[in-house]
Amino acid sequence: MSIDITGVTKRFGDFVALDDVNVSIPTGQLTALLGPSGGGKSTLLRIIAGLDSADTGSIRIEGTDATSLPPQKRNVGFVFQHYAVFKHMSVAKNVAFGLEIRKRPKHEVTQRVEELLGLVHLSQFAHRMPNQLSGGQRQRMALARALAVEPTVLLLDEPFGALDAKVRKELRDWLRRLHDEVHVTTVFVTHDQEEALEVADEIVVINEGRVEQIGSPEQLYDEPANDFVMSFLGEVTTLDGRIVRPHDIEVELAPVPGAVEGTVTRVLRVGFEVKLTVATAGGDVTVAMTRTHLRGLGADEGSRVWLYAAKGAVTVAGTAVKETAVAG
Amino acid sequence: MSSALSGATIDTTGPASPKGRRPGRAKRTTPRNTLTGGAGLGLGITMLWFSLLVLLPLSAIVARAAAGGWDSYVNVLQNEQTWAAVVLTVRSAAIVTVLNIVTGTIIAWVLVRDRFPGKAILNVIIDVPFALPTIVAGLVLLALYGPNSPIGLDWAFTPNSVLLAFAFVTLPFIVRTVQPVLEELDADVEEAAASLGASRFTIFRRIILPSLFPAIIAGATLSFARAISEFGSLVLLSGSRPFETEVASVRILSFIENGSYASAAALASVLLAVALAVIVVLDLVQRRVARRG
Repeated sequence: MSIDITGVTKRFGDFVALDDVNVSIPTGQLTALLGPSGGGKSTLLRIIAGLDSADTGSIRIEGTDATSLPPQKRNVGFVFQHYAVFKHMSVAKNVAFGLEIRKRPKHEVTQRVEELLGLVHLSQFAHRMPNQLSGGQRQRMALARALAVEPTVLLLDEPFGALDAKVRKELRDWLRRLHDEVHVTTVFVTHDQEEALEVADEIVVINEGRVEQIGSPEQLYDEPANDFVMSFLGEVTTLDGRIVRPHDIEVELAPVPGAVEGTVTRVLRVGFEVKLTVATAGGDVTVAMTRTHLRGLGADEGSRVWLYAAKGAVTVAGTAVKETAVAG
Repeated sequence: MSSALSGATIDTTGPASPKGRRPGRAKRTTPRNTLTGGAGLGLGITMLWFSLLVLLPLSAIVARAAAGGWDSYVNVLQNEQTWAAVVLTVRSAAIVTVLNIVTGTIIAWVLVRDRFPGKAILNVIIDVPFALPTIVAGLVLLALYGPNSPIGLDWAFTPNSVLLAFAFVTLPFIVRTVQPVLEELDADVEEAAASLGASRFTIFRRIILPSLFPAIIAGATLSFARAISEFGSLVLLSGSRPFETEVASVRILSFIENGSYASAAALASVLLAVALAVIVVLDLVQRRVARRG
């Protein structure tokens, strides 16, 4: 294991940011720390980097106890949400910074900077100043700068959080491809479950300072440990006291044994998809299906329908779960 | 007058291209200037105010001095007593400015980065040297560094007293220019440097200092300009001994008292030239550093 986090607790005054967190992050993989804002994931990342210190617990990086090491000695690369560029230095100088303070020979620095700028597709911008770059370009520069010192682990704190949706998606794909090339152990923090599911090899779900579940994207999606993980990783609705994904609900126009009876109150078309709101005795249920499917079914507003969870659908007992619609 | 001035300015901002002189100039796509009606008025007021208070009086001084031709300048500067006063003024102002660059930056740093009891009070008191009438500043300094000095430093009527007075009145400038810039610096930039392996000293030298540099230069310019013009506190403190503690501004006063207005004007325009030269040089230094990155 590349990073071992044991019993880490961190308080800010009365607020418990991390509560006895134990995580092991595997070498050479891309791991996402996923969770809602304020859940403690960024704090955990900063503790790994040595930018914050844990109240209790220990951090080991590649087998070395790093708990009391300053950030300078941890050999981690850190990428910030707001880029943290050195404004008064050119792009090449920014990337060279870590190498220059390590007093590497000049030709080696030049060569390495060229190599890295090529890797992040910024070769033609080497002599620009950071304020002449777009947000996405600045973040790629920050990434090259962090990679320059050949860190043991690369830590990214909401790296695409400040970018617009299109650039974010491009960079996300690009990060995945970059990781397949460079293979450095990478941990990134995100609150976007789609980003985590798409990019990460492994996801650590953190909420209210605690680890809710650790697993591959498939495991998390198919076998959520609890209602929080299930509802955070995609849209859910409550059917007969259990939470289930809206597209995992079957709709029939005739009574089916064990099905829940209800009335369609709303039909909302979103592109190829249709969302039905069905009023049942246990409250409103959201059902998602394709338009074709709905047309074949022939249901409309006011129709009486019977709902049941599809065969093989993942359901979790939803005791106190509000209906959450997480943007996907 | 306002409209005349702004009108004149608008005309000069446009490049005198032959194309622009044609009747079809209204069709031009790129505007000659970016002044809207309101902005034009603003510029007019700026120019009027600035002219009434600064440009016209200054021109009058220079014109008066120039009326005597080069001879008046040469005569004034060849006078050994005047030359000694100019040298003392410029040298002391330069020394104090360098001193302020160091102490001003340190004070700004302490006020922004550190927490200690009494910080808010210190933050207010910094401006006192700027707010006091300078004759009072002279009194204050005399109490501590005068003949009855409780710490045994009698600097009254010595060249040191000039340094002391300059240092006192210019103290706030660099503190106040650096402080807001330091407050705006992003913590994550320093954290990024730290995680790249930079020591605290390296972070200060290579990340923080370059960001503060323009502010330090701006403060240094103000500080120098303020120092060479200091007058009030020196009347009490330095005794204005010729060749020893007499500064240029006091020398100007004695010219006026003797009725030689032309000499006073000539020396005043020399001081003006020195101030302008320093402003330009510091600005060039700042641009050069900014470009070097």
